[in-house]
Amino acid sequence: MLAKRIIPCLDIKDGTTVKGINFVNFRDAGDPVELGERYSDEGADELVYLDITASHEERKTFTDLVKRIAARINIPFTVGGGINELKDVDRLLGAGADKVSINSAALRHPQLIEEIAKHFGSQVCVVAIDANREKDDWYCYLNGGRIPAGKPLFQWAAEAESRGAGEILFTSMTHDGVKEGYANDALRRLAEVLHIPVIASGGAGRREHFRDAFLLGKADAALAASVFHFGETAISGLKRYLSGEGVNVRI
Amino acid sequence: MDVAIVKYNAGNIYSVDYALKRLGVTPLITADPEKLAAADKVIFPGVGEAGTTMQYLKAHGLDRLIKELKQPVLGICLGMQLMCRYSEEGETDCLAIFDASVKRFIPQKHEDKVPHMGWNTLSDTRKELFRDMPESPYVYFVHSYYVPVNDYTTATTDYILPFTAALQKGNFYATQFHPEKSGTVGETILKNFLTI
Repeated sequence: MLAKRIIPCLDIKDGTTVKGINFVNFRDAGDPVELGERYSDEGADELVYLDITASHEERKTFTDLVKRIAARINIPFTVGGGINELKDVDRLLGAGADKVSINSAALRHPQLIEEIAKHFGSQVCVVAIDANREKDDWYCYLNGGRIPAGKPLFQWAAEAESRGAGEILFTSMTHDGVKEGYANDALRRLAEVLHIPVIASGGAGRREHFRDAFLLGKADAALAASVFHFGETAISGLKRYLSGEGVNVRI
Repeated sequence: MDVAIVKYNAGNIYSVDYALKRLGVTPLITADPEKLAAADKVIFPGVGEAGTTMQYLKAHGLDRLIKELKQPVLGICLGMQLMCRYSEEGETDCLAIFDASVKRFIPQKHEDKVPHMGWNTLSDTRKELFRDMPESPYVYFVHSYYVPVNDYTTATTDYILPFTAALQKGNFYATQFHPEKSGTVGETILKNFLTI
């Protein structure tokens, strides 16, 4: 049976790993390649590396980092951050990444999804969506959660799928950094609307939260950062727990 | 030992290159027919679309060359599908090393997502590639088309239906999954191929 996936996410700034609490106030969490290798050894199913820097020189630093990751890591990894056009995708896949994650650029230029799918295949194209719960609905945000995009989450996720996205990485800004669980109701609705895998992100604090994202939220994968970086949750123990709770995971 | 990777317009050549280097082998990445024919082992990777890839192989004379190789050859993912007779993807005539055709997954219920992407288990593993395997090992798949179980199948996986996860016929070996991305299990499978 296809396993549910556990995905540690590493935010990268100036070549080192950081994690934001509600997208600000970073804490240093170590060397990205070493951390990735440690997670892989512990049983991570995939890794996500997000470049949260912006300048042109730092892009080059990140590309060099992607090459070092590809040389060392023996599981699939996704890279994201600052991908605006096809040549960014070409550069990162060429450096050895398996998938790319696009976020604001997809909202601004939705045809970028089609271009990536056409040139490299849907399987490399992860569309990341940051959304916040407001009144009775969920709304998408640009630029790391700073600018409202004016699009409802479920409508945008369905459009991304129809344009050729291979997966949706949904981060609940409402839940991110709070460590009180994932946005399971929104996740479940995404699973019902979409025909592509959904990666849950934002809100993991305890192992029960992962179980709920899979069993209640019907997520295909769960992503987390700080609970792994600071050793609060070991992936191997988390997977044994999930297996005991009836979630099919790779052990 | 000389290991050659067939160089063509495929996506995962460098992933395979890195995986072999982690095992201490530096492969030659080449489209030169003489160098491929002279290698001890040949790996035929692949990520992409069947029709355009076959056109490329034919235009560069690689289609005949691959079929005529005598040393152990390992096809991976699209590489495996192209080693079959025919693919529904782009209605493509392929290399016909394995007498099997490649079909598109047809979802049977809402949860059946295509592509089949992620970690899934191998069953009924047979022969050299799968020595020293744990029981029901997990390997990493990304594909929308599959090869039905046939006489050459040496491992199966269940997704929507039981399908071929690996094939072997004489010196030709093939996997639908990506050993280069399948953690330590994948490394064992690559090592097994290198020591055939």
